[in-house]
Amino acid sequence: MNIHEYQAAEIFSRYGIPVNRGIVCASPEEARAAAQDFGSRVVIKAQVHVGGRGKAGGIRLAAGPDEAEVAARQILGMTIRGVPVHRVLVAPAIDIAREYYLGVVLDRASRRVVVMASAAGGIDIEEVARETPEKIVREYADPLLGLHDYQARRLGFALGLEQDLVRPFAKLARQLFTAYMAVDASLAEINPLALTTDRSWLALDSKIVLDDNALFRHPEHEALRDPQAEDPLEQEARAAGISFVRLDGTIGCVVNGAGLSMATMDAVKLYGGAPANFLDVGGGASSQQVATALRLVLSDPNVKAVLINIFGGITRGDVVAEGLLEALKTVDVRVPLVIRLVGTRQEEGRRMLAEAGLTVVDTMEEAAQRAVQAAEGRETRA
Amino acid sequence: MSVLVNRETRLLVQGITGREGSFHTAQMLEYGTNVVAGVTPGAAGREVHGVPVFNTVADAVAATRPNVSIIYVPAPFAPDAIYEAVDAGIPLVVCITEGIPTLEMVRVYQYVKSRGCRLIGPNCPGLITPGQAKVGIMPGYIHQPGPVGVVSRSGTLTYEVVWALTQAGIGQSTAVGIGGDPIIGTSFIDVLAMFQEDPETEAIVLIGEIGGTDEEAAAGYIREHVTKPVVGFIAGRTAPPGKRMGHAGAIISGGQGTAAEKIAALEAAGVPVAERPAQVAELIRKALG
Repeated sequence: MNIHEYQAAEIFSRYGIPVNRGIVCASPEEARAAAQDFGSRVVIKAQVHVGGRGKAGGIRLAAGPDEAEVAARQILGMTIRGVPVHRVLVAPAIDIAREYYLGVVLDRASRRVVVMASAAGGIDIEEVARETPEKIVREYADPLLGLHDYQARRLGFALGLEQDLVRPFAKLARQLFTAYMAVDASLAEINPLALTTDRSWLALDSKIVLDDNALFRHPEHEALRDPQAEDPLEQEARAAGISFVRLDGTIGCVVNGAGLSMATMDAVKLYGGAPANFLDVGGGASSQQVATALRLVLSDPNVKAVLINIFGGITRGDVVAEGLLEALKTVDVRVPLVIRLVGTRQEEGRRMLAEAGLTVVDTMEEAAQRAVQAAEGRETRA
Repeated sequence: MSVLVNRETRLLVQGITGREGSFHTAQMLEYGTNVVAGVTPGAAGREVHGVPVFNTVADAVAATRPNVSIIYVPAPFAPDAIYEAVDAGIPLVVCITEGIPTLEMVRVYQYVKSRGCRLIGPNCPGLITPGQAKVGIMPGYIHQPGPVGVVSRSGTLTYEVVWALTQAGIGQSTAVGIGGDPIIGTSFIDVLAMFQEDPETEAIVLIGEIGGTDEEAAAGYIREHVTKPVVGFIAGRTAPPGKRMGHAGAIISGGQGTAAEKIAALEAAGVPVAERPAQVAELIRKALG
């Protein structure tokens, strides 16, 4: 789960990390007032769950309240990579001597948490990793003991920091690591981490991504969710326990299983179509779950055909078919439907569906081809 | 022959009195798996489908000598179930549970490894040696005994590929679902090494998906150590970056983990990669000659 910069900054400061605290504003007037309060130059930053906001013009400097209001008005009307900006963070502008990067992330290959630092701060760290990987230093935390103090110091030395800066830096690295572990993050990042002209450390941008799997043990994190930042269909799916990701194609997909769902999308593409979504109804594929899934997919106006791909497995084919027919009774299907069904007693299931006038096919390939044809308005009869 | 599970498997089911545990115990028994015991704390003395239930794994071990444990315990309690199985000395633990916090798995992985045990999963369908033992939630009837080892990060997609193999008359030695989480106990490489050593496995199917770099690591291992033919399939060619595609581990992040990179790595290691699941069977037939 993504959270906003200002929310991440609040969490960081709870763990002792010095952050450049700002004021969250939803209107240009609020931004003006905030700038007035600070009585200094301010920076105005779009609060959105996507990267690259600086390049998109979502970060502006303002000399005072007038400029802050103008800048906030512009940013609040923006859409950054498809995401409308509803809030800005207004914070004092800082006199920066140098900019660093400090981040904590899971390293899947070593199955450990890694703390990364770089003197090439303030820019896209992925770009640094790609083009000049030697500019990133890393320390891998022990899975059972965590990050040792000497490892945190070693990061500071490896960055080439002056002696007097190493210990405060190491303290910060440990605090960031502690925060990461405590909130069950999958990413915690300070970029840039500023060394100010008076030689103190200050987090200028804060980022946290929370591990969805761990949300059950952090009920307090639910309050951090921003409904405005989420696709409404994805929200509805989540509430129903369905994995759903909206894409921009025309063929709606209802599939059981995440891997099979991806493979189904890929098959649609292979036969010249474009999937409208990823959707995994989950293991059981109950009629209610399928009905909800169908309704979700059909509420996307771009959808011109729906492909249902169920590998029933243990679930009997006739039971899945019954569930599908039950689901179809409650859903107004306005586009062609192609169904592929496998499971014990699949013949019976297919016969039941065919008798109800539905297009039922044997293989996933055939289903994908038919769905693509149907979306293009071509013949689909079985 | 086969890998990991066979006729000698004596299975313990942790969480046997739960809905999932009970249902799949019946399914595994029906397939012919030797299920010797179950554990649910506080349910000792009960029987589930004729299988005796114990309070602790240690009690079950003392009474019935299981050599494999399968876990159907909800995510908040699954790490504890894994620790209990490992501490009771069970050498192979299969965790079906989905949704275990990733940082919990960092600790679990290290602990299991330090005790010399093998964990399969979590968030996996389990594994099956057709005709001998089914230790998982997969439909048994889609499999048939034969020469192809299957290793996969997915559930239903594995069934799809196995079904295609079986329909083409090609059986499987063992099919292992290693799981869709970012941190899993057993990697592609571990299972590839076992299939390479298994005299009855003549060819291998590797089913990967977006996220992480395990497929790339597997490609490197295949190039160096695997002499048997391998056929690949990678799901998620059309997946957008930054979005979790169902599985916690299926996410393209930091520009890493795309299907294109994985396909390129496998092809560079001489592994043909199928464009659709059914094509795996065609490529395997070609490989087996």
